[in-house]
Amino acid sequence: MDYALLLVQTLNGVQLGLLLFLVASGLTLVFGILDFVNLAHGALYMLGAFICAWLTLALGNFLIAMVIAVPVTAGAGYLIERTVARPLYARDHLDQVLATFGLILVIDTMVHLVFGPEGIAVPLPAWLNGQLDFGANVILPTYRLLIIGFGILTAFGLFWMVTYTKIGMLIRAGASNRTMVSALGIDIQTLFAFVFALGAALAGLAGMLISPITEASIGMGNNIIITAFVVIIVGGIGSMKGAFIGAMLIGLIDTLGRSFLDTIFALFMSPAAAETSAPAISAMLIYIIMAAVLAVRPQGLFPPKAR
Amino acid sequence: MNKTLTALLAATVLAGPAFAEGAKIGFVTTLTTGAAVIGNDTKNAVDLAIAHLGGMAGDTPLEVIFADDGFSPETGKQVTDKLVKQDDVDFVAGYLWSNVLLASRKSVVDADKFLISANAGPSQIAGVLCHENFFSTSWQNNQTPMAMGEVLNQLGVNSLYIMAPNYAAGKDMVAGVESTFDGEVLGTDLTKWGADAQLDFSAELAKARASGAEGLFIFYPGAASGAFFRQYDQLGMKDDLPVYSVFSVDALSLPRFQDAGFNAVMGSQFTQAWDPTLDNPANAKFVADYIETYGSYPSFYAAQAYDSINLIASAVAAVGGDMDDKDGLRAALEAADYESVRGDYTYGNNHFPIQNFYLREVVEDEEGRWTTKVVSTVFENHQDSFASQCKLP
Repeated sequence: MDYALLLVQTLNGVQLGLLLFLVASGLTLVFGILDFVNLAHGALYMLGAFICAWLTLALGNFLIAMVIAVPVTAGAGYLIERTVARPLYARDHLDQVLATFGLILVIDTMVHLVFGPEGIAVPLPAWLNGQLDFGANVILPTYRLLIIGFGILTAFGLFWMVTYTKIGMLIRAGASNRTMVSALGIDIQTLFAFVFALGAALAGLAGMLISPITEASIGMGNNIIITAFVVIIVGGIGSMKGAFIGAMLIGLIDTLGRSFLDTIFALFMSPAAAETSAPAISAMLIYIIMAAVLAVRPQGLFPPKAR
Repeated sequence: MNKTLTALLAATVLAGPAFAEGAKIGFVTTLTTGAAVIGNDTKNAVDLAIAHLGGMAGDTPLEVIFADDGFSPETGKQVTDKLVKQDDVDFVAGYLWSNVLLASRKSVVDADKFLISANAGPSQIAGVLCHENFFSTSWQNNQTPMAMGEVLNQLGVNSLYIMAPNYAAGKDMVAGVESTFDGEVLGTDLTKWGADAQLDFSAELAKARASGAEGLFIFYPGAASGAFFRQYDQLGMKDDLPVYSVFSVDALSLPRFQDAGFNAVMGSQFTQAWDPTLDNPANAKFVADYIETYGSYPSFYAAQAYDSINLIASAVAAVGGDMDDKDGLRAALEAADYESVRGDYTYGNNHFPIQNFYLREVVEDEEGRWTTKVVSTVFENHQDSFASQCKLP
């Protein structure tokens, strides 16, 4: 067993898990509290990436661009909440799915028109573009460690906000019983708008963080939105803790599956068969996990209380 | 009921004026998603070819209808069906992606139309699925990586790690390099491909590094190559694991690499059947006019698309515009009697070109733009290895 490789792959999995958490946390908030299915959450992820990429080229600094791009993406989320989402809260999920699917096409095409089809490569400052050598063949790109740091900070920030602040209390209350919260005189519309914008900012942040690795590209949100839905279904819809644990689980399973499945398969089948079946199975792995969770605990691993 | 209706519609269309309206070409390429960069380049080349021909093949006007495959086999087949049934085109050309071509092939050949691939060359269509009405103006997938395998032998590389997307062409590329490479292949990773392709290669790159291989062979066309080289660079792998690629560095990615100051790609080598510096009049005219019209070097995708239109035009002119003369058209296509930008070539029995493969290197031109030049000829008049499986004479 190659422990250095195992460690590197585990960290890669943690990094993917934290990115997934950023996307899934916003999705679970909007789905759990607003009871709104937002397929266009991935489009906000892409929008964040493109805004940040464009600002990086304009301002010449990735970190400054990110500081500006997060509130801009939140603003875009707020606009979408006011114009598209709000009229649809009372409608059933199918209408919401249709409207937000349309929104994906609109945002994809808008980005195509404004930024062109080729996507934007985001340059990193030199100190972030290198790698750290921990010895014993453990070499990691500095930037991926930064993503891990950002992800953990954001997770703690969200945890603190949801657990210890008044707005967090309202969010939890809203997730448990929306009608009661509004009956108690809370301005539910403002709360909803805030939650939606927060979700957009989180998705946008994830898009910004990934863009120096994969480039900002059209349709990048479609890659991650399906996985994010898997995460919140596994974790329990509406639960922040569920989103975190689900995201880590899916991130690790996906990365470790891609890394070691062919080696494991080669133990009991021919190398050629292992080589062709492993990528197919590892692509399915997270859906197999989801199916297993749904079979045993249909409400997810950590459903919010009193739903 | 539906069938009768379709038959009736088809009959009405077929009963229209025979060849007064000229030759119709459907061109299937990718005009949306990130891969639209490639699609736009082929569209530009087709437009340029039509402009060079003055819109005419001999005395017959040419009409091109573009269709977008959306980077997916399902959509590709749908638009092909539309071109064949509704637009009643005479030729369906284009096809960047092997999986799209494989899905669309039957629709075209069953309708007795000509299918001209301007890029994809899946092994199946070169072998068991070959068809008298199929022609390629590119190559069979395995050939270019076979040439790369030969180059690796010459360089004395003893072991290789392979990364490619998990679809028809990716598998052909892997098989191609494995068939000629004499050293040991220490591992192969096939990654998810399509509109939701995997672009984060952290796990695969870590495995490649841990494998201790002397070289890393990759095939990542389009946007994925940018993501790949970024992550390869961020991991600092340039010194311990050099990359040998096919179809991953091209005239579309080079300006972007240059803008991003990605110097690691300068001097890198890869194999191909065409290069902008190939010395023949057709190529000189094509490259110069392409740069003048669109402001950048044409990619190999553009070169092959340009060839596909000229091949079609040569056949249409040979039969004097009589599009019902299928045998005449086929014979004219088989002759490949046109000025190809890769120089003259002949067709094998499976209608894939028998042609040279060159080693290309990334260099800077006089104006400081990054482009490529030919280093050496790896294969001369090379025929793909699937031709023997094709039953055509």
